Amino acid sequence: MKFPVLRTYTVLYLLFLYIPILILPIFAFNNSTTAAFPLKGFTTQWFGRVFTDPALGEALKNSLIVAGSTAFFSTLLGILAARATTRYSFKGQAPLSGLIMLPMVLPEMIMAMALLVVLLSLGIPLSLFTIILGDVLICTPFAVAILTSAFQSLDKSLEEAAQDLGEGPFSTFYLVILPLVAPGIISAMLICFTIAIDEFIIANFLGSGEKLLSTYIFGQLRFPKNVPNIMALGTVLVCVSIALLATAEFFRRRGLARTGAKDTGGFL
Amino acid sequence: MSEPQGRGFWRSEGASGLFLISPTAIFAILLLAAPLATTLLYSVFTDGYLEIIPRFQLCNYIGECASMKLDAATGQYVPTETYLGAWSDPVVRALMWRSLYVSILVTAATVLFAYPVAYFVSFNVEPSKKSLWLFLITIPFWTSYVIRVFMWNVMISRTGVINSALVGSGIVDEPLQMAFTLQAMVVTLAHAYAPFAILPIYVALEKIDRSLLEAGQDLGETRFRTFLRVTLPLSMSGVIAAVLIVFIPTIGDYITPNLIGGGKIPMIANMIEKQMLKADNRALGSAIAVSAMLVVGAVSLLFLFLNRRYLKGNK
Repeated sequence: MKFPVLRTYTVLYLLFLYIPILILPIFAFNNSTTAAFPLKGFTTQWFGRVFTDPALGEALKNSLIVAGSTAFFSTLLGILAARATTRYSFKGQAPLSGLIMLPMVLPEMIMAMALLVVLLSLGIPLSLFTIILGDVLICTPFAVAILTSAFQSLDKSLEEAAQDLGEGPFSTFYLVILPLVAPGIISAMLICFTIAIDEFIIANFLGSGEKLLSTYIFGQLRFPKNVPNIMALGTVLVCVSIALLATAEFFRRRGLARTGAKDTGGFL
Repeated sequence: MSEPQGRGFWRSEGASGLFLISPTAIFAILLLAAPLATTLLYSVFTDGYLEIIPRFQLCNYIGECASMKLDAATGQYVPTETYLGAWSDPVVRALMWRSLYVSILVTAATVLFAYPVAYFVSFNVEPSKKSLWLFLITIPFWTSYVIRVFMWNVMISRTGVINSALVGSGIVDEPLQMAFTLQAMVVTLAHAYAPFAILPIYVALEKIDRSLLEAGQDLGETRFRTFLRVTLPLSMSGVIAAVLIVFIPTIGDYITPNLIGGGKIPMIANMIEKQMLKADNRALGSAIAVSAMLVVGAVSLLFLFLNRRYLKGNK
C-alpha cells in the first residue's frame, strides 16, 4: 500500500482544528501568569480563582437563563415551522421558510444592529429579555433544519393508522408523532443551548450591560493577569460543550434508529 | 387524505399549514423583516441629535451629508456637522475593501483546505466510521468562539506560546511579529469556519453515484481526470454552499478584528458599530449596513453566475 497522503493530510488538518483546544488545558494548569513556554509547574489555583469570582457566578446565571429560554422557544418555533412545511403545502411556503432561515446567511452584526435600532426607537428597554429575542432569531433556523429532517423521516402511514384507529389530530400528534421526533427535539434544544451560550454579538449589543459568559470572558481579556483564569474557565467550558454534544449526537442517532432512517451523519 | 369539499379555506390543508407556521413566521417578520426594513428606511433619512429625522436624502450613500439639530429658538432643524456618505467616504471604502479582501482570502483558504478532508471522509472512510470522523471535525466548532479567538491571540502574541517556543528552542532570535496582522486574522477566521466548509462539501460528495466514477475509469480516464471531469463538477453544489456559508459571516465578523487585530485593523462590522452607537449617526450606520449587505449579495450572485458558466462549459 502506498503512503496514505489524504489520511495524513486529514489528520494534520484535524490537529490544526484542535490546536487551541489542546493548548487551553496545558496553560490552565500551568503555574505562571503568562501563557508561554517553558511550563512552570502544575497548579489548580486558576480554577479556584475563577470560580470564586462572584461576577462569573452572575454571568453564568444570566447565560443559563438566556440559553435555556432560547433553547425552549427556538425549538418550539422550530417544531411549528418544521411540522408545517413537512406535513402541509400552502401558499407562501417558500418565501416564509426563506425568511425564517434567512438569519443563517446574514452577517450577525447587521441583524443585531437592525434589531437594536428598532428596539431603541420603540423605547423597549434592553435586558436579558431582548438578548433572548435576538438569540431565538439566530437559533430558530438551526432548530428548523434539525427538526425538518426529523419530521421528514416520519412514516406518514403511522399517522394515518392512528387516525384510522380513531385518534384525533391532537392525540395523534401527542401519542405517535411526538415520541418519534422526541430525539430530534432534544438535539435541537441542545444545539440551540450551545449556540446561545456561545453567542457574543447579541449578548454584547442587545443587553443593558448584564454580563453573560461570552461578554464576561471578552471583558476579562483586557486584563493580562486574568488570562490564566480565562484558560481555566475555557477548559471547563470545552469539557461541558463536548459532553452536551455527545449527548445530542446520542439522541440524534437513537432518533434515526427509531424511525428506521439511514444515518447521514452530522448535525448540519 | 384531502378534506371534504365545502368546508372552506379555514379547514383546508393550506390553512392548517399557514396556521401552524404563523407563530414562527410572525416572529421572523417582527424581529427580522421589520428591523431590516427600518435599516433601509433610516439609510435614506436625515441624522438628528439622538433621533432620526424622516426627511428623504441619498447623501448617506453618495456625497456630503449634514447632521441636523432642532434649534429651540426657531423650531427649525439646523445643520450641525457634515460627513461623507458611505460610498464617498474613503475610510468606509477602505474598510469595505479590507473586509472583502479578508473574507475572500478566508473563504478561498477554508474551502481549498477543506475539500480534501471532505473527500477523504466521503471516499476513503468506512461507512460505519463516517459519523465519528464528522463528529471529530465538528467538536472544535462548538466550543466558545470568543475563547477560540482568544487562544489564537495567546498563541501568536509577542510573548505568547509560539514565540516563546521558537525563541526558547533557538530557532529564531527575535520574536516574530504575528499579532495585529491581517494574516493572523485570516488564519483565525479560516480556523473558525473550517467545519462550515467541510460539511456541505461532504454532503455533496456523498450524493455522487459511485458507479459514475467506475464508468469514467472504465472508459480509460485516469483517476485524476475522472476527478476533474466527474467528481469535482458533481460536488460543486457543496462547494457553492461552503463558499457562501463561510464568506457571508466572515465579512461581518466583529470579534476577530477586535481581539486579533487589536482594534488596529477594523473591518466593516466595527465601523457599523461605531456609527450606530458611539458616533450616534444611525443614518450613516444604516447606509453602511445596507451597503455591506449589497456587497455580500453582489459577490454571492457573481460567484453563482461564474459557477453556472463553469458547469455549462463542462458538459
